[in-house]
Amino acid sequence: MNATEAGTVDLLAKLNVASKFGPAGQLVGFVTREEYKNVASALYSDGFVTCSDLCAVDYLTYPERKLPTGIDQERFEIVVNLLDVAGRRRVRLRVQVPGVPPSIDSLFDIYPGVEAMEREGFDMFGIIFDGHPDLTRILMPEDWEGHPLRKDYAVGSVPVQFKEAGVRPGDEIHTGQNRQARLELASDAASTKGQGTVDRILGRIGRKSKASSPKASSPKASSPKETGSE
Amino acid sequence: MTDTEPSALVDVVTWGTSEGAQEMLPRTRTASDEATREYGAVPEQQGSVLRLPEGTILDPDDFSMETIGEETMIINMGPQHPTTHGVLRLMLELDGETVLRTKPIIGYLHTGMEKTAETLSYLQGGTNVTRMDYLSPLANELAFALATEALMGVEMPPRATWIRMLMVELNRLSSHLTWMATNGMDLAATSMMIYGFRERERILRFFEKTTGVRMNHNFIRPGGVAADLPPGWEEDVLVILDSVLSTLDDFDQLFTGQPIFRERTEGVGIIDAETALSLSATGPILRAAGVPWDLRRSMPYLAYDQIEFDVVVGTIGDTFDRYAVRMGELRESVRIVRQIVERMPQGDYRAADKKVTPPPRGRIDESMEALIHHFKIFTGGFAVPEGEVYVAVESPRGELGCYLISDGTAKPYRMHTRAPSFVNLQTLPPLLRGALIADAVAIVSSVDPVMGEVDR
Repeated sequence: MNATEAGTVDLLAKLNVASKFGPAGQLVGFVTREEYKNVASALYSDGFVTCSDLCAVDYLTYPERKLPTGIDQERFEIVVNLLDVAGRRRVRLRVQVPGVPPSIDSLFDIYPGVEAMEREGFDMFGIIFDGHPDLTRILMPEDWEGHPLRKDYAVGSVPVQFKEAGVRPGDEIHTGQNRQARLELASDAASTKGQGTVDRILGRIGRKSKASSPKASSPKASSPKETGSE
Repeated sequence: MTDTEPSALVDVVTWGTSEGAQEMLPRTRTASDEATREYGAVPEQQGSVLRLPEGTILDPDDFSMETIGEETMIINMGPQHPTTHGVLRLMLELDGETVLRTKPIIGYLHTGMEKTAETLSYLQGGTNVTRMDYLSPLANELAFALATEALMGVEMPPRATWIRMLMVELNRLSSHLTWMATNGMDLAATSMMIYGFRERERILRFFEKTTGVRMNHNFIRPGGVAADLPPGWEEDVLVILDSVLSTLDDFDQLFTGQPIFRERTEGVGIIDAETALSLSATGPILRAAGVPWDLRRSMPYLAYDQIEFDVVVGTIGDTFDRYAVRMGELRESVRIVRQIVERMPQGDYRAADKKVTPPPRGRIDESMEALIHHFKIFTGGFAVPEGEVYVAVESPRGELGCYLISDGTAKPYRMHTRAPSFVNLQTLPPLLRGALIADAVAIVSSVDPVMGEVDR
């Protein structure tokens, strides 16, 4: 801790903000939602004229994180990184925001640069920033439902169909080889004008009808049996 | 802790927002607080979003919304426009050829990389972040690796630090050269495209030799770098530097002293230091406005405090200043790389910490334990102690930050990237206010947005 950081610690203490030094000696202040804007305003007056970053965090599945005594953990957190260009110092504010209602004051009046960042916080986490001039989705499409970076929003996946993944009853006709068989059948059927079509289909997919015809057991028809569809 | 009912949450989330209106609306339908952002509250500073003085209460009558007359037109520039550097869509309100209001609309390249990062281990994370700013992938990897190492408290051997610095500075050269090329293209100096990309190609070839790929390297990893520099790298780098320096002299002839270029850039798109700071702008935009803020100098990381270089600043913050700052930074980077080549220390290129560093390739063939160790690191990953950290580096576009939260497992609980292009785009409305459409192309180019990093 150097002299400039000591000044920031004193200021935070005067504002009743619990502070600590995190990894790499970074100064972190824990602000209540009510005092958030006042503290930011005081820090602005103290020289932190730039808000270099603002982001939200959803602690839904990790509520047991370490917080100073007196700070009640809530579902969301807003993390603000303020920067003093002249004094070459940074301070990070962490604000607890409840899950219902997920609202917090906007810093737009103090730091106009948070405009896009707060919109991202709304878009990705559904956090309402009171006083933001244009709180709309910024990265997702306008008609998107849900807030993707929340922990209860699934990552999303596409089912993969493996060739040997096993076939459910009734699925035989949809496998690729059977499709080929059906195409061949269609051309056969066109040439033989539809005689015994049902038997031939059943034969190609490896089944026999009760009254099996000799054509169904031809060598050509037996090839789909290798897929093991039964 | 958990939400009560989904329906109640939906009510809360949709309350007070206008999810349907991402686009710029006509003046008559623009709310007064949003107009503050788009016009500026003080008539003389219209278009800037400077903070209101203490105690000022907004009155909609304060805005001279009707001064322009009714013959304004809202048009789209982009998302498919050759000069918007990717899928950037600008909605411009025009009075004749003059731009009045601007609204950047982004998200066309959004791929949810911050969500993806939560499913990847710390070693895999590099492959994810390197795809954000595709013109300076190594800066992304550096921020991510430094953040992980800050959480773990891993000490870097000097050679790893200096290799990282070499690669990042070469990447700054290639990134700025690409900007020179595309900027020339935007201003109809098409031969610049060839010269810029030719020099960039030399650097990418060196990257390919060192890392195996031209872009998206995943070379800078938590715990060091992926490989040592190839034999004879000093020769390669010095050849590149000489070539770049002589090309920069060509650029000076083609651009700096060229009357048409100066006419198109001088006094166009001015932003002052106060506005730039309040809009959180960083990088060449902020330095062109006269603020000597460069993280390499102001808050040194790696070994930049042992290297001599100058921070290049502009005076009035117009488009020409932003060009000149990048030009100066190219020369400074050449100077930095020369010092790195001279002073590259010997030693290991990875940390000695067995927790993060896989065993050398040779030992895997002869030792079962080494094989298991290698397997454990690359399949399960390594656990990172609980905590949260914000690490910022100076990318070619400005402050590139990585906010990393670990819950003690092998995957980040949350990874947020503070992308400089994303924040710098906010300077477009004040920059474009009052400019001509033809100048808009030059101004957008001078902000140097990389959409991969804007949308992430």
